[in-house]
Amino acid sequence: MMKILFVILGTVLVDNFVLTKFLGICPFLGVSKKMDSALGMSGAVMFVMTIASAVTWVVNEYVLTPYGLDYLQTIAFILVIASVVQFVELLLKRFIKPLYKSLGIYLPLITTNCAVLGVALLNIQNSSSFGMSVLYGFSAGLSFTFALILFSGIREKLESSNVAKSFKGLPIALITAAFMALSFMGFQGMFTF
Amino acid sequence: MFQSILTAVAAIGVIGLLFGITLSIASKLFAVKTNPKIVEVRAALPGANCGACGFPGCDQYAESVAKKDSVITLCPVGGQQVIDDLSVIMCIDVEQTERYVARVLCRGTIDKTKKEYDYLGISTCQAVNTMYKGDSSCNFGCLGLGDCEVVCEYNAIIIEDGVAYIYEDNCVACMKCVEACPKNIIVMVPDKGRVTVSCMNTDLGKKVITACKVGCIACKKCEKICRFDAIHVINGKAIVDYEKCTNCGECIDVCPTKSINRYLLNI
Repeated sequence: MMKILFVILGTVLVDNFVLTKFLGICPFLGVSKKMDSALGMSGAVMFVMTIASAVTWVVNEYVLTPYGLDYLQTIAFILVIASVVQFVELLLKRFIKPLYKSLGIYLPLITTNCAVLGVALLNIQNSSSFGMSVLYGFSAGLSFTFALILFSGIREKLESSNVAKSFKGLPIALITAAFMALSFMGFQGMFTF
Repeated sequence: MFQSILTAVAAIGVIGLLFGITLSIASKLFAVKTNPKIVEVRAALPGANCGACGFPGCDQYAESVAKKDSVITLCPVGGQQVIDDLSVIMCIDVEQTERYVARVLCRGTIDKTKKEYDYLGISTCQAVNTMYKGDSSCNFGCLGLGDCEVVCEYNAIIIEDGVAYIYEDNCVACMKCVEACPKNIIVMVPDKGRVTVSCMNTDLGKKVITACKVGCIACKKCEKICRFDAIHVINGKAIVDYEKCTNCGECIDVCPTKSINRYLLNI
């Protein structure tokens, strides 16, 4: 139980996927302008990450490793993630139409999200068990959500503040992201798992 | 060597095939039936997603048209072309519709009005309007900070000397500027109506003149000269009735403050 808590807290705070590992930066900057879309995107990422780490673990354990095809990890995982995203999209379109509509273009874009591929590859690197992989995938999604929601909150406030003209828009967003990453360094070494 | 290549190809191939089969089964299993008309109607619409039809975007309007819930003449962006296309798709006959354009009812440029205070806050009309109804001496006129210019997706609005101008060739009557203007001084008028009273000031006489040199002082001279009963002073400002106006321009010559203007085509 303690271990589960440590994994979640450690991934969200210490090894935050966006702010410490610098994975998934593109949606972090692209989808953080509005809180609603940030919430939708992070929900989708969390869902896909959890499922993708489960499926990639199975593919790696029962297909790649037995045949000595470890070097195919990247391409095989991309294949898996793309299919999982497609599958999720089909399911959502059929059963949860409002969520499908609100996610819109972001759902297919997750296919090329490096954070999702990153979590799959890190699971293999850490040679964690199936349960641990799924937990790690979920908490990685949680860390993405955490960073994105914080950031979009700040960006919404920035919209109405008096920013120097040359810094308006993306420049000030990048500076904000840099400060956030800097402050997350303060969590370094708090937990180990 | 050759065998390892084969295993790699086979493994990825099998994985891909498995996922492909699963996906194709899933897509059949979870298929959502859509009306083919929706797709056709959507293809005929311009895809501007401006919301002028009253729907959030072209997709929703297409859905509504295909269900025959709404009429096919709601899209101002596509104009006659889209209406013709839609009438073919939906097998409905329609009459010709009139083209509308946006018009800014203010000509109080910075040399005609005065600033009552120096505004240094956020550079939007919405914001300055909250401070004593704006920094201009006229409380009804254009604030000139370009909320309409920002919201216009067709480059049909420019701000010049503190007043918004419509470039009518580009205007598609999407009504976005009408909603964006905190002063409500942008209105939709029929394209054929070229004569417009460019003032929304409801005050009378001297009060208007001290605020703006080209304001409507509600003197009713235009109302008296008009031979077609097409211009009336209502609530302290003159308004043109485009059903009756023939663009003769007699009211323009008689207006003492030059607040009635002829809007030329293709300026």
